[in-house]
Amino acid sequence: MDFDLSEEQRLLKDSVERLLADRYDFEARNGWLGGDPGWNREMWAQYAELGLLALPFSSDYGGMDGGPVETMIVMEAFGGALVVEPYLSTVILSGGFLRHGASAAQQAELIPQIADGSLLLAFAQTERQSRYDLFDVATTARRDGDDWVLDGAKSVVLHGNSANKLIVTARTSGNRRDRAGIGVFLVDAEAEGVSRRGYPTQDGHRAAEVLLDNVRVGADAVIGDVENALPLIERVVDEAVAALCSEAVGTMVKMHEETVEYLKVRKQFGVPIGKFQVLQHAAVDMFVDLEQARSMAMFATMMAQDEDADARRRAVSAAKVQVGRSVKAVGQSAIQLHGGVGMTMEFKVGHYFKRATMIDATFGSAEHHLTRAAGAGSLIAA
Amino acid sequence: MDLKFTEEENAFREEVRAFFREALPEDIRAKMVDGHGLGKDDIVTWQRILNQKGWAVAHWPVEYGGTGWGPMQQYIFQEEMQRTPAPSPLQFGVYMVGPVIYTFGNEAQKAKFLPRIANIDDWWCQGFSEPGSGSDLASLRTSAKRDGDHYVVNGQKTWTTLAQYADWIFCLVRTNPDAEKQQQGISFLLIDMKTPGITVRPIQTLDGGHEVNEVFFDDVRVPVENLVGEENRGWDYAKFLLGNERVGIARVGVSKQRLERIRQLAAEAHEDDRPLIEAPWFREKLAAVEIELKALEMTQLRVVAAEAKRGATGKPDPASSILKIKGSQIQQATTELLMDVVGPFALPFQEEPEDGSNELPVGPDWAGPAAPTYFNWRKISIYGGSNEIQKNIIAKAILGL
Repeated sequence: MDFDLSEEQRLLKDSVERLLADRYDFEARNGWLGGDPGWNREMWAQYAELGLLALPFSSDYGGMDGGPVETMIVMEAFGGALVVEPYLSTVILSGGFLRHGASAAQQAELIPQIADGSLLLAFAQTERQSRYDLFDVATTARRDGDDWVLDGAKSVVLHGNSANKLIVTARTSGNRRDRAGIGVFLVDAEAEGVSRRGYPTQDGHRAAEVLLDNVRVGADAVIGDVENALPLIERVVDEAVAALCSEAVGTMVKMHEETVEYLKVRKQFGVPIGKFQVLQHAAVDMFVDLEQARSMAMFATMMAQDEDADARRRAVSAAKVQVGRSVKAVGQSAIQLHGGVGMTMEFKVGHYFKRATMIDATFGSAEHHLTRAAGAGSLIAA
Repeated sequence: MDLKFTEEENAFREEVRAFFREALPEDIRAKMVDGHGLGKDDIVTWQRILNQKGWAVAHWPVEYGGTGWGPMQQYIFQEEMQRTPAPSPLQFGVYMVGPVIYTFGNEAQKAKFLPRIANIDDWWCQGFSEPGSGSDLASLRTSAKRDGDHYVVNGQKTWTTLAQYADWIFCLVRTNPDAEKQQQGISFLLIDMKTPGITVRPIQTLDGGHEVNEVFFDDVRVPVENLVGEENRGWDYAKFLLGNERVGIARVGVSKQRLERIRQLAAEAHEDDRPLIEAPWFREKLAAVEIELKALEMTQLRVVAAEAKRGATGKPDPASSILKIKGSQIQQATTELLMDVVGPFALPFQEEPEDGSNELPVGPDWAGPAAPTYFNWRKISIYGGSNEIQKNIIAKAILGL
């Protein structure tokens, strides 16, 4: 039982944090949000240079052989700096499909392009009716000779506006809510029949609505088992959820820090408001919620690659429940304890609150995962 | 980072688990499982079995009878004991006054008391709280005035758990009423309960039980050799003791055992023609508590692993205050879940059955203790420094407010 980072991991943490402290100024970030593509390409190049874009991939394909702990480190730092670049979409989600489902040829072609920063990917999964159900897929893939032809509409595709390629889930057989009969396809974002409408999200990230109208791809576009890719999709998403939990921890650390700092400097009634016990206890509640969430983010990190899908699912859902509840409590208190200034765009704390809230709404809210966890048996046997 | 136990730790867990299974008398185990109260004899019997094995005072230094186990082994030992479920060795001797005596006491006190604590030859109780001194413990007024080679003690202690069985009480008493700060005028005295002038009066708690007492001191003469450490330094020893108390207070194993039992019972109880465990409202409520417990377990393991790494400094991690807060909330949540399971059988007030009684209980045998435990366990967020006091500690020590 060891919760400490290795020497290499500490170095990684230091270098990511230093880069963000030097370059990821809050004002500059807010400037990038309004432009195109809504984030900063120079930062993306910096991540490539630091090896972050190659981090989770095998060294066979030019990767860094990083594991879930390395991802946890990066995501927590990104949460702390409110990073808006498409790291989750490209490296964790799409990269996850490549690592766990793609052929050697696909990996050899695509991973080096991700690693050097030239290839952006997005995961096109959610549909208007699907909410958080990964198996609810109405988009169809019809076999035509050696090709596949895709038709459907994908919604809230994270960073779909700037992606060069999309990883699309589509039904190859069966009915809309069948667990079998789902395939995963790599689709060029500029291909004929693909149309995209990009927009900002509440937290300053970007997303897109994607229409697929008679989009033709070759057999080499298939990732994994074309008739039964749900286990692959669930595995990739479970890893992404673990990563999001760490990002959420990063936002909560900052919300808590900034709130405690504010309690020390803001004076009313002639004293720092942190002298008032009712506010002290609210700040302690935030601390407890943060530490409980951190514990579960670590647990999810260590379990996200577990080969036992049931154990993995239980752990990841449990973590998403804890993190979802914690971000709500910590975020709401952070705003409340800042008072009026917490309500302004000018203060950073509200931006953390918005990002953390959107993390809860990504790949299943606390309530969604509580239902899933409740149906998955005991978490505490051993 | 590696969140798995080592092979040695797993083997150790198997060893202690096997011992607890085999050595715990069946009648005690049955009472523990169903939440029935234990008698004095049960606690004495079990602690002597532990002491035979050399495990009654497992966390003490080896020279005083401890095992020399590291923090992680201590944790596993406690967790397994709680999950069996087996009773803890008597808190007041083994976890409270014992460590104070071997840390601050003199050689004569160590020789006289420590072996008897380990074998529970003396039953100890704790004389800290007073009617006017709860959370503000340092305001205590029970006085000890020097008279030759005795202190003469006058005053009143309260919430004294199981004082009705006690042979000895360790007390905080005021030896210097004129000290500049009230914390500086307090001493730590060991008092024989048979001394003339001591009266024990029961306090009945919400559940109808007799667990706590008032203890009155009326010109009680205590030999000065029963002073621990230095006069007027008692507050330091008390802080040390309360810090020790917080470390084991998450009681993760207790909550695990209770949740496992609740899951079992909820498969037997029915609602709407299906097992309660299949009712969405119930299983989500249960899952939510399990998740909180998992998070607490990981937080506890973080504290233990950090302690193992830096070596026992004897100073409690302020983060252990989190363990008290969450641990108490979760233990209380398990009592609420059990109330959900027993449903209408929560209502009958039933005295603890006498041994050998053949009167049938109303409802299932495990239903009787549900409501009394729910009422009684409200104490968990009050004792050992209330949760509000724990928040004060975190605000000051960790947040710097």
